[in-house]
Amino acid sequence: MSTASHAHPTPKTYWLIALALAVATAFEIAVPYIDALDPVRAPLLIAFGIAKFVTVVAVFMHLKYDLKGYRYLFAIGVVGALVVFGVVLVVFQAL
Amino acid sequence: MTTTTDGVFERQDDFESTGDPIHRTRKTAMWVWLGSEAFFFGAMISTFLLYRHATNGGPGAEIFNIPFTSASSFVLLMSSLTMVLADHAFQRSDQRQGRIWLIGTALLGLTFIAGQIFEFSEFVHEGLKISTSPFGSSFYMLTGFHGLHVAGGVLMLTMLIAFSLRGRLSSDHGMNVELVALYWHFVDIVWIVIFTVVYLLQI
Repeated sequence: MSTASHAHPTPKTYWLIALALAVATAFEIAVPYIDALDPVRAPLLIAFGIAKFVTVVAVFMHLKYDLKGYRYLFAIGVVGALVVFGVVLVVFQAL
Repeated sequence: MTTTTDGVFERQDDFESTGDPIHRTRKTAMWVWLGSEAFFFGAMISTFLLYRHATNGGPGAEIFNIPFTSASSFVLLMSSLTMVLADHAFQRSDQRQGRIWLIGTALLGLTFIAGQIFEFSEFVHEGLKISTSPFGSSFYMLTGFHGLHVAGGVLMLTMLIAFSLRGRLSSDHGMNVELVALYWHFVDIVWIVIFTVVYLLQI
Protein backbone atom coordinates (compact mmCIF):
# COMPACT_ATOMS: atom_id res chain seq x y z
CA MET A 1 0.00 0.00 0.00
CA SER A 2 1.39 3.35 -0.95
CA THR A 3 2.21 5.83 1.78
CA ALA A 4 0.13 8.51 0.12
CA SER A 5 -3.05 6.56 0.72
CA HIS A 6 -2.44 6.71 4.48
CA ALA A 7 -1.44 10.35 4.85
CA HIS A 8 -3.86 12.06 7.23
CA PRO A 9 -4.38 15.80 7.76
CA THR A 10 -3.04 17.72 10.73
CA PRO A 11 -5.29 19.44 13.35
CA LYS A 12 -4.73 22.75 11.55
CA THR A 13 -6.34 21.31 8.43
CA TYR A 14 -9.26 20.00 10.49
CA TRP A 15 -9.84 23.47 11.98
CA LEU A 16 -9.73 25.08 8.52
CA ILE A 17 -12.16 22.52 7.13
CA ALA A 18 -14.50 23.12 10.09
CA LEU A 19 -14.33 26.87 9.43
CA ALA A 20 -15.19 26.29 5.77
CA LEU A 21 -18.13 24.07 6.80
CA ALA A 22 -19.36 26.73 9.21
CA VAL A 23 -19.20 29.41 6.50
CA ALA A 24 -21.02 27.09 4.06
CA THR A 25 -23.73 26.50 6.68
CA ALA A 26 -24.10 30.25 7.21
CA PHE A 27 -24.61 30.76 3.45
CA GLU A 28 -27.02 27.83 3.39
CA ILE A 29 -29.14 29.41 6.12
CA ALA A 30 -29.10 32.80 4.37
CA VAL A 31 -30.15 31.49 0.94
CA PRO A 32 -33.90 30.97 1.71
CA TYR A 33 -34.13 34.54 2.99
CA ILE A 34 -32.56 36.22 -0.06
CA ASP A 35 -35.31 36.88 -2.60
CA ALA A 36 -32.88 37.39 -5.47
CA LEU A 37 -31.74 33.78 -5.09
CA ASP A 38 -35.25 32.32 -5.31
CA PRO A 39 -34.85 30.98 -8.87
CA VAL A 40 -31.71 29.04 -7.91
CA ARG A 41 -32.61 28.33 -4.29
CA ALA A 42 -33.08 24.55 -4.54
CA PRO A 43 -30.01 23.83 -6.70
CA LEU A 44 -27.90 26.10 -4.52
CA LEU A 45 -29.00 24.43 -1.27
CA ILE A 46 -28.47 20.97 -2.76
CA ALA A 47 -24.99 22.01 -3.96
CA PHE A 48 -24.07 23.30 -0.49
CA GLY A 49 -25.41 20.10 1.10
CA ILE A 50 -23.44 17.88 -1.28
CA ALA A 51 -20.26 19.92 -0.76
CA LYS A 52 -20.54 19.62 3.05
CA PHE A 53 -21.38 15.91 2.83
CA VAL A 54 -18.41 15.13 0.59
CA THR A 55 -16.02 17.25 2.69
CA VAL A 56 -16.92 15.52 5.95
CA VAL A 57 -16.72 12.07 4.36
CA ALA A 58 -13.43 12.77 2.59
CA VAL A 59 -11.53 14.60 5.34
CA PHE A 60 -13.12 13.90 8.74
CA MET A 61 -13.94 10.27 7.90
CA HIS A 62 -10.54 9.95 6.16
CA LEU A 63 -12.07 8.31 3.11
CA LYS A 64 -9.82 10.41 0.89
CA TYR A 65 -6.74 8.97 2.60
CA ASP A 66 -7.83 5.41 3.40
CA LEU A 67 -8.06 2.23 1.38
CA LYS A 68 -10.07 2.58 -1.82
CA GLY A 69 -12.13 -0.43 -0.82
CA TYR A 70 -13.81 1.61 1.92
CA ARG A 71 -14.84 4.22 -0.66
CA TYR A 72 -16.52 1.56 -2.77
CA LEU A 73 -18.32 0.06 0.23
CA PHE A 74 -19.70 3.42 1.27
CA ALA A 75 -20.47 4.43 -2.31
CA ILE A 76 -22.61 1.29 -2.69
CA GLY A 77 -24.67 2.43 0.31
CA VAL A 78 -25.03 6.02 -0.87
CA VAL A 79 -25.84 5.11 -4.47
CA GLY A 80 -28.27 2.47 -3.21
CA ALA A 81 -29.96 5.07 -1.02
CA LEU A 82 -30.27 7.42 -4.00
CA VAL A 83 -31.78 4.61 -6.08
CA VAL A 84 -34.30 3.82 -3.31
CA PHE A 85 -35.00 7.55 -3.09
CA GLY A 86 -35.59 7.89 -6.84
CA VAL A 87 -37.64 4.68 -7.21
CA VAL A 88 -39.95 5.53 -4.30
CA LEU A 89 -40.60 9.04 -5.54
CA VAL A 90 -41.14 7.93 -9.16
CA VAL A 91 -43.38 4.97 -8.22
CA PHE A 92 -45.54 7.19 -6.04
CA GLN A 93 -45.35 9.99 -8.62
CA ALA A 94 -44.08 12.46 -6.10
CA LEU A 95 -41.53 14.06 -8.40
CA MET B 1 3.17 8.64 13.88
CA THR B 2 5.51 10.64 11.67
CA THR B 3 4.98 14.09 10.27
CA THR B 4 5.88 14.68 6.65
CA THR B 5 7.06 17.89 5.04
CA ASP B 6 3.75 18.53 3.32
CA GLY B 7 1.93 18.93 6.64
CA VAL B 8 0.35 15.52 6.91
CA PHE B 9 1.01 12.66 9.26
CA GLU B 10 0.97 8.94 8.78
CA ARG B 11 -0.89 6.64 11.12
CA GLN B 12 1.03 3.80 12.69
CA ASP B 13 -2.05 1.69 13.11
CA ASP B 14 -2.59 1.06 9.42
CA PHE B 15 -3.06 -2.51 8.41
CA GLU B 16 0.15 -2.73 6.47
CA SER B 17 2.32 -1.32 9.25
CA THR B 18 0.79 -3.35 12.09
CA GLY B 19 -0.06 -6.42 10.07
CA ASP B 20 -3.22 -6.66 12.14
CA PRO B 21 -5.99 -8.22 10.03
CA ILE B 22 -8.54 -7.59 12.78
CA HIS B 23 -8.02 -3.86 12.31
CA ARG B 24 -8.99 -3.96 8.65
CA THR B 25 -11.82 -6.44 9.21
CA ARG B 26 -13.46 -4.26 11.87
CA LYS B 27 -13.08 -1.13 9.81
CA THR B 28 -14.47 -2.86 6.73
CA ALA B 29 -17.42 -4.09 8.78
CA MET B 30 -18.03 -0.54 10.00
CA TRP B 31 -18.07 0.83 6.43
CA VAL B 32 -20.46 -1.93 5.33
CA TRP B 33 -22.75 -1.09 8.23
CA LEU B 34 -22.60 2.64 7.48
CA GLY B 35 -23.49 1.85 3.88
CA SER B 36 -26.55 -0.07 5.07
CA GLU B 37 -27.45 2.82 7.35
CA ALA B 38 -27.37 5.09 4.29
CA PHE B 39 -30.07 2.83 2.76
CA PHE B 40 -32.09 3.12 5.97
CA PHE B 41 -32.03 6.90 6.09
CA GLY B 42 -32.50 7.14 2.32
CA ALA B 43 -35.79 5.25 2.69
CA MET B 44 -36.86 7.45 5.62
CA ILE B 45 -36.08 10.69 3.74
CA SER B 46 -37.96 9.38 0.68
CA THR B 47 -40.97 8.66 2.90
CA PHE B 48 -40.87 12.18 4.30
CA LEU B 49 -40.76 13.68 0.81
CA LEU B 50 -43.72 11.52 -0.22
CA TYR B 51 -45.84 12.85 2.63
CA ARG B 52 -44.47 16.37 2.97
CA HIS B 53 -47.76 17.89 1.78
CA ALA B 54 -50.04 15.39 3.56
CA THR B 55 -50.79 17.52 6.61
CA ASN B 56 -54.48 16.58 7.03
CA GLY B 57 -55.21 20.23 7.76
CA GLY B 58 -52.65 20.25 10.57
CA PRO B 59 -49.38 22.13 10.75
CA GLY B 60 -46.79 21.60 8.03
CA ALA B 61 -43.30 22.84 7.30
CA GLU B 62 -44.33 26.43 8.11
CA ILE B 63 -43.86 25.70 11.82
CA PHE B 64 -40.15 24.92 11.40
CA ASN B 65 -37.95 27.28 13.36
CA ILE B 66 -35.05 27.57 10.92
CA PRO B 67 -32.79 29.81 13.05
CA PHE B 68 -33.09 27.39 15.98
CA THR B 69 -32.51 24.27 13.85
CA SER B 70 -29.60 26.04 12.16
CA ALA B 71 -27.96 26.53 15.55
CA SER B 72 -28.49 22.81 16.32
CA SER B 73 -26.99 21.91 12.95
CA PHE B 74 -23.98 24.07 13.67
CA VAL B 75 -23.52 22.34 17.04
CA LEU B 76 -23.57 18.89 15.42
CA LEU B 77 -21.22 20.03 12.66
CA MET B 78 -18.71 21.30 15.21
CA SER B 79 -18.97 18.02 17.11
CA SER B 80 -17.43 16.38 14.05
CA LEU B 81 -14.43 18.66 14.49
CA THR B 82 -14.01 17.76 18.17
CA MET B 83 -14.43 14.07 17.28
CA VAL B 84 -11.73 14.10 14.61
CA LEU B 85 -9.42 15.97 17.02
CA ALA B 86 -10.09 13.30 19.68
CA ASP B 87 -9.26 10.58 17.17
CA HIS B 88 -6.08 12.42 16.21
CA ALA B 89 -5.05 12.80 19.88
CA PHE B 90 -5.56 9.09 20.64
CA GLN B 91 -3.57 8.13 17.56
CA ARG B 92 -0.73 10.19 19.07
CA SER B 93 -1.35 8.36 22.40
CA ASP B 94 -2.28 11.69 24.00
CA GLN B 95 -4.89 10.29 26.37
CA ARG B 96 -5.59 13.52 28.23
CA GLN B 97 -6.13 15.62 25.10
CA GLY B 98 -8.16 12.84 23.55
CA ARG B 99 -10.42 12.64 26.60
CA ILE B 100 -11.00 16.40 26.54
CA TRP B 101 -12.10 16.29 22.90
CA LEU B 102 -14.27 13.21 23.56
CA ILE B 103 -16.00 15.01 26.44
CA GLY B 104 -16.47 18.05 24.19
CA THR B 105 -18.01 15.87 21.49
CA ALA B 106 -20.37 14.19 23.97
CA LEU B 107 -21.47 17.58 25.35
CA LEU B 108 -22.13 18.92 21.84
CA GLY B 109 -24.11 15.75 21.09
CA LEU B 110 -26.16 16.21 24.26
CA THR B 111 -26.77 19.85 23.30
CA PHE B 112 -28.09 18.71 19.93
CA ILE B 113 -30.40 16.15 21.59
CA ALA B 114 -31.65 18.77 24.07
CA GLY B 115 -32.38 21.07 21.13
CA GLN B 116 -34.31 18.33 19.37
CA ILE B 117 -36.38 17.58 22.47
CA PHE B 118 -37.18 21.29 22.78
CA GLU B 119 -38.08 21.48 19.09
CA PHE B 120 -40.37 18.44 19.34
CA SER B 121 -42.12 19.83 22.41
CA GLU B 122 -42.68 23.14 20.59
CA PHE B 123 -44.16 21.34 17.58
CA VAL B 124 -46.45 19.23 19.77
CA HIS B 125 -47.54 22.46 21.48
CA GLU B 126 -48.38 23.87 18.05
CA GLY B 127 -50.47 20.81 17.21
CA LEU B 128 -48.05 18.62 15.27
CA LYS B 129 -48.05 15.16 16.88
CA ILE B 130 -46.85 11.90 15.41
CA SER B 131 -50.48 10.90 14.86
CA THR B 132 -51.61 14.24 13.43
CA SER B 133 -50.81 13.51 9.81
CA PRO B 134 -48.57 11.51 7.48
CA PHE B 135 -46.36 14.62 7.46
CA GLY B 136 -46.06 14.49 11.25
CA SER B 137 -45.47 10.72 11.30
CA SER B 138 -42.74 10.79 8.67
CA PHE B 139 -41.10 13.88 10.18
CA TYR B 140 -40.95 12.48 13.72
CA MET B 141 -39.85 9.04 12.52
CA LEU B 142 -37.00 10.48 10.46
CA THR B 143 -35.71 13.08 12.90
CA GLY B 144 -36.49 10.88 15.91
CA PHE B 145 -34.47 7.97 14.54
CA HIS B 146 -31.63 10.35 13.79
CA GLY B 147 -31.85 11.63 17.37
CA LEU B 148 -31.66 8.04 18.64
CA HIS B 149 -28.52 7.57 16.58
CA VAL B 150 -27.01 10.67 18.19
CA ALA B 151 -27.99 9.32 21.63
CA GLY B 152 -26.32 6.00 20.77
CA GLY B 153 -23.22 7.92 19.75
CA VAL B 154 -23.17 9.83 23.04
CA LEU B 155 -23.40 6.48 24.87
CA MET B 156 -20.43 5.14 22.91
CA LEU B 157 -18.45 8.33 23.62
CA THR B 158 -19.22 7.98 27.33
CA MET B 159 -17.93 4.42 27.26
CA LEU B 160 -14.74 5.55 25.50
CA ILE B 161 -14.21 8.25 28.14
CA ALA B 162 -14.70 5.66 30.90
CA PHE B 163 -12.27 3.25 29.20
CA SER B 164 -9.74 6.03 28.83
CA LEU B 165 -10.00 6.97 32.52
CA ARG B 166 -9.38 3.33 33.45
CA GLY B 167 -6.36 3.24 31.17
CA ARG B 168 -7.97 0.76 28.82
CA LEU B 169 -7.72 2.95 25.77
CA SER B 170 -4.05 2.75 24.95
CA SER B 171 -2.71 3.26 21.45
CA ASP B 172 -3.28 -0.48 20.88
CA HIS B 173 -6.99 0.22 21.24
CA GLY B 174 -6.97 3.39 19.16
CA MET B 175 -9.10 1.56 16.63
CA ASN B 176 -12.07 1.78 18.98
CA VAL B 177 -11.94 5.57 18.88
CA GLU B 178 -11.60 5.53 15.11
CA LEU B 179 -14.68 3.32 14.70
CA VAL B 180 -16.79 5.48 17.01
CA ALA B 181 -15.50 8.54 15.10
CA LEU B 182 -16.67 7.04 11.81
CA TYR B 183 -20.10 6.43 13.32
CA TRP B 184 -20.25 9.96 14.73
CA HIS B 185 -19.29 11.61 11.43
CA PHE B 186 -21.88 9.48 9.67
CA VAL B 187 -24.57 10.77 12.03
CA ASP B 188 -23.36 14.28 11.16
CA ILE B 189 -23.56 13.77 7.38
CA VAL B 190 -27.04 12.28 7.70
CA TRP B 191 -28.08 15.47 9.50
CA ILE B 192 -26.51 17.58 6.72
CA VAL B 193 -28.90 15.84 4.31
CA ILE B 194 -31.91 16.07 6.67
CA PHE B 195 -31.29 19.75 7.38
CA THR B 196 -31.11 20.56 3.67
CA VAL B 197 -33.94 18.34 2.40
CA VAL B 198 -36.39 18.39 5.30
CA TYR B 199 -35.90 21.92 6.63
CA LEU B 200 -34.29 24.34 4.16
CA LEU B 201 -35.92 23.05 0.97
CA GLN B 202 -39.39 22.99 2.55
CA ILE B 203 -39.64 26.61 3.72
